Amino acid sequence: MIDFEYVRASDVADAVRQSAASTGAKFIAGGTNLIDLMKEDVEKPRRLIDISRLPLKQVEETAEGGVKIGALVPNSDLAYHSLIERRYPVLASAILAGASAQLRNMASIGGNLLQRTRCYYFYDAATPCNKREPGSGCPAIEGLNRMHAILGASEHCIATHPSDMCVALAILEARVHVAGPDGERVIPFPDFHRLPGDMPQTDTNLQPHEIVTAVEIPPQGFAKNYTYLKIRDRLSYAFALVSVAAGLEIEDGTIKEARFALGGVAHKPWRNRAAEDLLRGQAANAGNFQQAADILLREAKGYSHNRFKIDLARRTIVRALTQAARGTPQIQSDKKVR
Amino acid sequence: MNYIGTPISRVDGQAKVTGQAKYAGDVNVPGLVFGAVVTSTIAKGRIKSIDTSAALKVKGVLKVLTHKNRPALPKSDQAWKDDIAPGGSPFRPLYDDKVMFSGQPVALVLAEEWETARYAASLVHVEYAAKPHITDLQAAREKAFTLKKSKKPRGDAAKAFSSAEVRHEAEYFIPTEHHNPMELFASTAIPEKRGKLTVYDKTQGVQNVHRYLCSVFKKKKGDIRVMSPFMGGGFGSGLRPQYQVVLAVMGALTLKRPVRLMLTRQQMYGLGYRPASIERLQLGAQRDGTLHAITHEAIVVTSQFEEFSSSDTEWADRLYKSPNAKFVHKLARLDVPTSCDMRAPGATTGVYGLECAMDELAVALKLDPVELRLRCYSDKDQSVNLPYTSKNLRECYQQGAKAFGWEKRNPVPRSMRDGNELVGWGMATGVWEALQMPAAARIVLGANGHAEISCATSDIGTGTYTIMAQVAADALGLPIENIGIKLGDSTLPQSPVEGGSWMAASVSHAILGVADEVRKTLFDAAKKIKGSPLSGVKFEDVTLSDGKIVSKKDPARAMTIAHVMRERRLDRIEKEKLHKFKKDEKHARNTHSAIFAEVKIDEELGVIRVTRVVNAVAAGRILNTKTARSQIMGGVVWGIGMALHEETAYDHKFGRIMNANIAEYHMPVNADIHDIEVIFVDEPDEHINPLGIKGVGEIGIVGTAAAIANAVYHATGVRVRDLPITLDKLRR
Repeated sequence: MIDFEYVRASDVADAVRQSAASTGAKFIAGGTNLIDLMKEDVEKPRRLIDISRLPLKQVEETAEGGVKIGALVPNSDLAYHSLIERRYPVLASAILAGASAQLRNMASIGGNLLQRTRCYYFYDAATPCNKREPGSGCPAIEGLNRMHAILGASEHCIATHPSDMCVALAILEARVHVAGPDGERVIPFPDFHRLPGDMPQTDTNLQPHEIVTAVEIPPQGFAKNYTYLKIRDRLSYAFALVSVAAGLEIEDGTIKEARFALGGVAHKPWRNRAAEDLLRGQAANAGNFQQAADILLREAKGYSHNRFKIDLARRTIVRALTQAARGTPQIQSDKKVR
Repeated sequence: MNYIGTPISRVDGQAKVTGQAKYAGDVNVPGLVFGAVVTSTIAKGRIKSIDTSAALKVKGVLKVLTHKNRPALPKSDQAWKDDIAPGGSPFRPLYDDKVMFSGQPVALVLAEEWETARYAASLVHVEYAAKPHITDLQAAREKAFTLKKSKKPRGDAAKAFSSAEVRHEAEYFIPTEHHNPMELFASTAIPEKRGKLTVYDKTQGVQNVHRYLCSVFKKKKGDIRVMSPFMGGGFGSGLRPQYQVVLAVMGALTLKRPVRLMLTRQQMYGLGYRPASIERLQLGAQRDGTLHAITHEAIVVTSQFEEFSSSDTEWADRLYKSPNAKFVHKLARLDVPTSCDMRAPGATTGVYGLECAMDELAVALKLDPVELRLRCYSDKDQSVNLPYTSKNLRECYQQGAKAFGWEKRNPVPRSMRDGNELVGWGMATGVWEALQMPAAARIVLGANGHAEISCATSDIGTGTYTIMAQVAADALGLPIENIGIKLGDSTLPQSPVEGGSWMAASVSHAILGVADEVRKTLFDAAKKIKGSPLSGVKFEDVTLSDGKIVSKKDPARAMTIAHVMRERRLDRIEKEKLHKFKKDEKHARNTHSAIFAEVKIDEELGVIRVTRVVNAVAAGRILNTKTARSQIMGGVVWGIGMALHEETAYDHKFGRIMNANIAEYHMPVNADIHDIEVIFVDEPDEHINPLGIKGVGEIGIVGTAAAIANAVYHATGVRVRDLPITLDKLRR
């Protein structure tokens, strides 16, 4: 824990201004991840800019028929919002698959996008970590890597992004609204998070002092054929070994549109358009799901403890697409996998 | 008896749920100073330098103690030995520049505010000279050693094994696990007048801590008082004094101000733990299912400086007849803190290995696993060749199997299904000690019919307050509302540490013993009253019941206790007595159980659920069916965690625990727990002690992980011998 200054922002512009005016400042909303990291001396902000009172708590329908979610909407409010439950149940389900009720009550939507990896080494300041201390090394590659990435990793970092919500946002093709010193912009979801490459310290493509103001979701919600299936070491309150968000549009047994993304396997939610394209126009059956899974996992690479994830991911994709196709989504309060 | 054997709710329950119950880290006094510990980041080596200058510059920091500037501490190992210290040289915080494990305290920051202390602790800069370390049991197993000369083997197990018709030989592995009690270890040390000190400590034994602190700080017995009225879970982690109590006292003596030191969750992983163990078993049987050879060898972790050892290997001698048996318990030294007791130490791990091996033997013999156990059933503890005070394990098998529906089991692996899931049914035996210790109790009976019972025992969350009140109410013939309980104070009558499941029997009989003295005093007084209805009645024939002293033979001959005390002008009757159990060298003493578990495993994904557990326990007389059931349920839940979730994950390169928090160290959550049925098998025991009590704090965990592992095998046909059974291991 470090000594820090605490200030409140009066509006978004003020938040950006205050951030730009100081070095080492961090925005804080729910604080469910940041405070933990501060206690561990992983994050050491000199100044916390409290944005939790900013008016970014609306869930509104957009002109195009989608929905715009304020960055400060608590995770649980969003999960139980009638619009989300009705039109984007995969998003509601993914949120409820994460953390605990208490954490979801505190955690904001913007914060969920920005949560940091749960890699053991990142969390322990006594060990090297390229994400925490660039250039210090990645002990996970040869160490405890059971939870780590099988896709898109680099020789510098094999951490995963821990969010469940983001996996659903990936298939919903969300757009992230941000405001910064140079004004506002909208980031398509695939461009929001980045792969570690040789800069694992940087999780996202946010520019310095930019703040997430909203997440916008286009109309297509896959309310009929969807699932969020999370496989983990215990049935609640654990990060995903592999998770799959799936959304299908099926007409007369034929897949019109297919999207699926994986969580727990990469530095960002993992989608593969080629795998989805393969399903379009095909019958919704296990054989086709298997093929799509194989395409997505073609480049997968395991490490000493996480090789099992490749096969597990394949099976989880097939099960998730099956659940979605059948219209029998995983229910997060169920004490079993459907 | 009105109260013994009934499901009385916890007498301290209301205080706990309303926050009235104050724990060691809750104590507030004016001028309180807060401590924060700096811990080592290397597993072995020396501290080259500690730079505390930045920490000392922080406003509000009062002192930073290190091995360089700490107060004088005793040199001899003896001075640091607590009541249950194992052999070796006990750990001493801030003693010298030696680092013996990662997470070792190397500095104590004392400040006016907790946040300040914690911030300043992050500014303490330590330079180390690291030495090569070893934290991997598999790498150290070759150097494992036996602590004392192993007991003489019975017969020739190796020879009998090689000539047995059916053989099973395998190695089982249990990783290091931590207790993770809800309450963090904390101590508040408060200097009093005339150099005295009151210490609130999280401990399972206030008198153990008291003796230890007096020895370490060279204080007279009367100068230190240790208090621990409530404990938020111990499970063995609080049997020995932990380093935070030494540091809190050190701080208080240095600053002459009260000091509170609470460890962080992460720092809790620098204390004791259930040691990782390798359990190697060889079972040789004849085709009829009789055992001819048992060899159980365990290799268990201890530290470089102490030799903690609990018996992993001899449980088979209490359960299964075999003319040839060999048991070897070895220790392997690693650069880690000393291992310690954790719920049914030795049995939890050893019986896991034994009971999985028995299951594998049953498969090899094509015998039902219950049937195999019945064919080998031992009515004697073969290690001492004595019969039991009682052993209703047969009834445990029978009642457990019936409640579970065991007869419907298809023995073929992968033969039972439910939708996507494979269904597995497994069972195991549990066994634990029925120990009892000398303990003293004091009763102060007032003329108003209220009694205060006191003993220095702890209540580690098991329900000791409640059973003490039940026993006292029955022994004194008073309503339970009239009974007050005082415990967790080193100045109270003698008590051992609360552990080993021995406290229920020990403190109950201490209360019975001293209640007898009260009865005698009342009887003597009653007889002296003019026209006493009890004149001519013998002492053996009177009892205390319903607020009266009454003749058992003629209930009409009675007087109220209040009347007797008023008439004889007795304001209070105060008695204290040390109770010692009669020596019984003719019997072995154990509790037993049979555990039946159902798992459902998603065939494609490997997700494992424990959908049902029936645990049938024979543990003598059950004092309180509600708190006892909770103990067994807690044990079963922990057994589920042991089987499927728990593992302290070391990075051996750093010699460091990497999942030192309860987000990443997995234990079961509500979603993982389904039906748990507890059956207490009737087990009258005339030999063990007058009340026939055996204790139930630990038996619930023993065997549970094995029953689940055996069920996983039955479901999948895959035998996972290294815990925890995570889904990836089903597809290796």
